Amino acid sequence: MGRFLLTRLGLAAITLFLLSVLVFVGANLLPGNVARRKLGNLADQASVDQLNHQLGTDKPILQQYWNWISGFFHGDLGTSLTFNLPVSQLIGPALMHSLKLAAFAFVMVVPLAIVGGVVAALQRDRLTDRIITIGGLSLAVVPEFVTGIALILIFGLWLDLFPVSANAPDGSSILTQMKYLFLPALTLVIVLFGYISRITRAGTIEALDADYTRTAVLKGLPRRTVVRRHVLRNSLLPTIAVIATQTGYLIGGLVVIETLFNYPGMGKLIFTAANGKDFPLLASSVLIVGIVFLVATLLADVAYSLLNPRIRYATAE
Amino acid sequence: MTTLEDPTAPIAIPIRPDETKVERYERFRLLFRSPTFLLGFFLAGIWVICAIFGNLITPHDPVAPDILSKFEAPSGQHLFGTDKLGQDVLARVIVGARSVLVVAPLATILGTVLGTTIGLITGYYRGFVDEATMRVVDAVLAIPLIITALVAITAVGPSRTTLVLVIGFVFTPIIAKTVRAAVLGESRLEYVQAARLRNEHGPYVMFAEILPNVTGPIIVEFTVRLGYAIFTVATLAFLGFAADPTVPDWGQDISAHYPSINGGYWWPVLFPSLAIATLIVGINLIADAVAQLFER
Repeated sequence: MGRFLLTRLGLAAITLFLLSVLVFVGANLLPGNVARRKLGNLADQASVDQLNHQLGTDKPILQQYWNWISGFFHGDLGTSLTFNLPVSQLIGPALMHSLKLAAFAFVMVVPLAIVGGVVAALQRDRLTDRIITIGGLSLAVVPEFVTGIALILIFGLWLDLFPVSANAPDGSSILTQMKYLFLPALTLVIVLFGYISRITRAGTIEALDADYTRTAVLKGLPRRTVVRRHVLRNSLLPTIAVIATQTGYLIGGLVVIETLFNYPGMGKLIFTAANGKDFPLLASSVLIVGIVFLVATLLADVAYSLLNPRIRYATAE
Repeated sequence: MTTLEDPTAPIAIPIRPDETKVERYERFRLLFRSPTFLLGFFLAGIWVICAIFGNLITPHDPVAPDILSKFEAPSGQHLFGTDKLGQDVLARVIVGARSVLVVAPLATILGTVLGTTIGLITGYYRGFVDEATMRVVDAVLAIPLIITALVAITAVGPSRTTLVLVIGFVFTPIIAKTVRAAVLGESRLEYVQAARLRNEHGPYVMFAEILPNVTGPIIVEFTVRLGYAIFTVATLAFLGFAADPTVPDWGQDISAHYPSINGGYWWPVLFPSLAIATLIVGINLIADAVAQLFER
């Protein structure tokens, strides 16, 4: 197990390093002259040079990268160009907001998708299965802003059940906050349902076809016991892995959903940074998103291997 | 009465090309019998026709502002109503198909060509090149696709070319990963070893021997990615990075009008949304049917 963990951690560290280089190149090198981009074509050369010097963007590339990355790991994420605030002050609250929204969505989608996937598998190739599978996947592939707008129209405008903005008034109770977050969270639920339930369905079908299930049926166990004790235990394994890989996707979806519902999370922050050409803010928030994703995948890998000894031993060899 | 000679052996070689042809024909026939495929083909087909004919089949001019008829509700005159500039929504929805259906397929083709090449090379040679490439691929995949595209497009500025390049490049690692996995499976087979023993060079083995045998997964991946490309193009347009802001575009029209939903003006938003949804669902139904066909 120790060796397995070390390999995983090593790989994650390498990926993280490459990720930081990519983010740095994307956010700091591609724009060319950062100060010129920021100030526009009309600004005179002297003030462009001065801003470049102030930002440190006139230094050699390697040094710029080093300054950025060493600052990052010391908690100094740079200063936002648009807000004139330390980036860490902006990212902290945004991350909390996004986590709240994501957690709300996950609490709804995980049980729903697992039940949906298991039901589809048990009814394999019948109408229920086709509806859950094709319907779920069709909903999952529609862009979040389209789903969100459909929900806004139905629940916000025509039925007038939920608020259209995600921002609850300050100091409102948890229930009120949940009411405001419901439509954005539901958008995420609809998008994620198809993916998670499809994997659960595949896992359940595999377990249903396995020899141990046949043995359990043949030895006379009631179907419910077979499903609960033999099928579900094995079928939920791949689901765990998928749920973790969806975190990265989830944050991507948040960019759109938070913009649509005007919710001040990470997605909105990245969008604002991109629109305002705020490269320090952009680079640091994208790197944070990448780290969140890598940690989530790592945890999923570990959880998966704890539950499934076969993988643990295969890697250790 | 048994002979040692296998009776099928001598004729097996000459009929092989015909067999593949028959198989291909058979596949097409099965495809056109699948209700999933037919529904997807119908949905996507509508939008392809709109994209090709565009202005020729619209009832009104899609870019003719008319301040006297702003936000008119759907009626006989304007079936889908008019938007905040008084432009006909139906006409804009029809013409809007083009902006998505030019960029998305081009980007997917670029990503598939690059991804297939990288996947073949890394899967065939393995070793250090493979390890190194896969690390880079993992790093790219750690950032959500839409954010990568957002960063890149902010950096270089939006245009039709940059959209195609950015989305194509972002898809490359994903496709490379799929192709690599398929190539790894093939490399163990005897025909690859035989080609190696014949002393064929790498590129020949990769492109002439392995490639024809991994077209199934590549076609499946292509259709799936095409759906995502449309998704990405529409989303980027919604976020304000349309390929060409002067041309009608579904995502752009939605982002311009969703603040007016509160005023009860739902039609300039609903119809382009339905257009995006039906096009993407159509493409994905096709992808689903194609995947089932190749996995059987």
